Amino acid sequence: MDLEVRDLTVARGGAPVLSGVSFVVPQGQALVLRGPNGIGKTTLLRSLAGLQPALSGSVSFGAETSAYASHADGIKAQLTVVENLVFWADIYGATVPDTVYDAFDLRDLQARFAGTLSAGQKRRLGLARLGVIGRKVLFLDEPTVSLDGFSVKLFAKWLRGSHLAQGGIAVIATHIDLGLDAPELELTPFKSAPDATGGADEAFL
Amino acid sequence: MIALLRRDLALAVRAGGGFGLGLAFFLIVIVLVPLGVGPDATLLGAIAPGMLWVAALLAALLSLDRIFALDFEDGSLPLLATSPLPLEGVALAKGVAHWITTGLPLTIAAPALGFLLNLQPSAYVWLFASLALGTPALSMIGTFGAALTVGLRRGGLLMSLLVLPLYLPTLIFGAEAVRRGAEGLPAATPLLMLAGITLGAFALLPVAASAALRVNLR
Repeated sequence: MDLEVRDLTVARGGAPVLSGVSFVVPQGQALVLRGPNGIGKTTLLRSLAGLQPALSGSVSFGAETSAYASHADGIKAQLTVVENLVFWADIYGATVPDTVYDAFDLRDLQARFAGTLSAGQKRRLGLARLGVIGRKVLFLDEPTVSLDGFSVKLFAKWLRGSHLAQGGIAVIATHIDLGLDAPELELTPFKSAPDATGGADEAFL
Repeated sequence: MIALLRRDLALAVRAGGGFGLGLAFFLIVIVLVPLGVGPDATLLGAIAPGMLWVAALLAALLSLDRIFALDFEDGSLPLLATSPLPLEGVALAKGVAHWITTGLPLTIAAPALGFLLNLQPSAYVWLFASLALGTPALSMIGTFGAALTVGLRRGGLLMSLLVLPLYLPTLIFGAEAVRRGAEGLPAATPLLMLAGITLGAFALLPVAASAALRVNLR
């Protein structure tokens, strides 16, 4: 099922930040969200993932098929790399495919405690979660933060080869070029007017 | 849910997990009370039921703010909220994990510590029973309080103020059961009330806690 977003208005702290956002992402496609800091990329992704309600508009994709990845990785420092991945697999009722360790270059780190990993290695572990849980629709917020060039390529290769190729969908907010050959959506034109609904609070924000 | 419970228990027993924090606090308070009150055995015996229950309650309170705060800080909580596991299940698993790491050790250790306070021999079984029935309610009510204050910096004080009034019925009926046991009176009524509070807490509070989490995660 395609991801279809129609006329979505999202708010942060009660004030609308983006309004009238509409797009369709067909299966096997990614969409890259662009825009300056503070435009509302994270707010849009959180609304799509269902963490916060949208003010108006509709979002449709297959039930129980989405997953969200935020700036933070949700990794437990006191668990090993394998234990972290097995935990998320259990939560999603899946098993950890052995290929995921190679796809995210974690093979040598399997028995290490996540607390001892570097920032980039933690990020790879956080992204490897996406390869474990087997969800079709991914909402990714700055997935490449603190990754080096090699790891960015590794992630793009996984996204293209393993996720999109199998009919997956991804909406990605990022500032760098992932080399995905995906359409981009510039969010600046959707910026809410300051006096849109809820504007009475504007003076206090 | 089982996976989350297993993970929380594994985290609790590993370095920095805070397992035993409540137990150590309980131990310290009960060891210090006779030193502060003096060696009067009758007086100690009279205050033992109340002291044991107050100390258990405070020990349970001590580790409450960790229930959701750690998952909130490292970003696990939004990921759990978007996972197939319902938030009610998350709250229930967290409450049960808190009880296994705090309430259960307290319940097991309390009879040994009752000896330090010259607790009447007839009261030991009631002390154990009342803590076994009452501490799950403390954990579940505390989980609700932690859900209300998750995301607040230094939310521990606010959470204590919110949770303490909700703890009072558990404390009153728990200590009453032990006191009646010590005096050889029938103690079934306060125990039944305690069991009722625990069952009510486990039936209602996971739903309330998940609603609070949803609001706080926005």
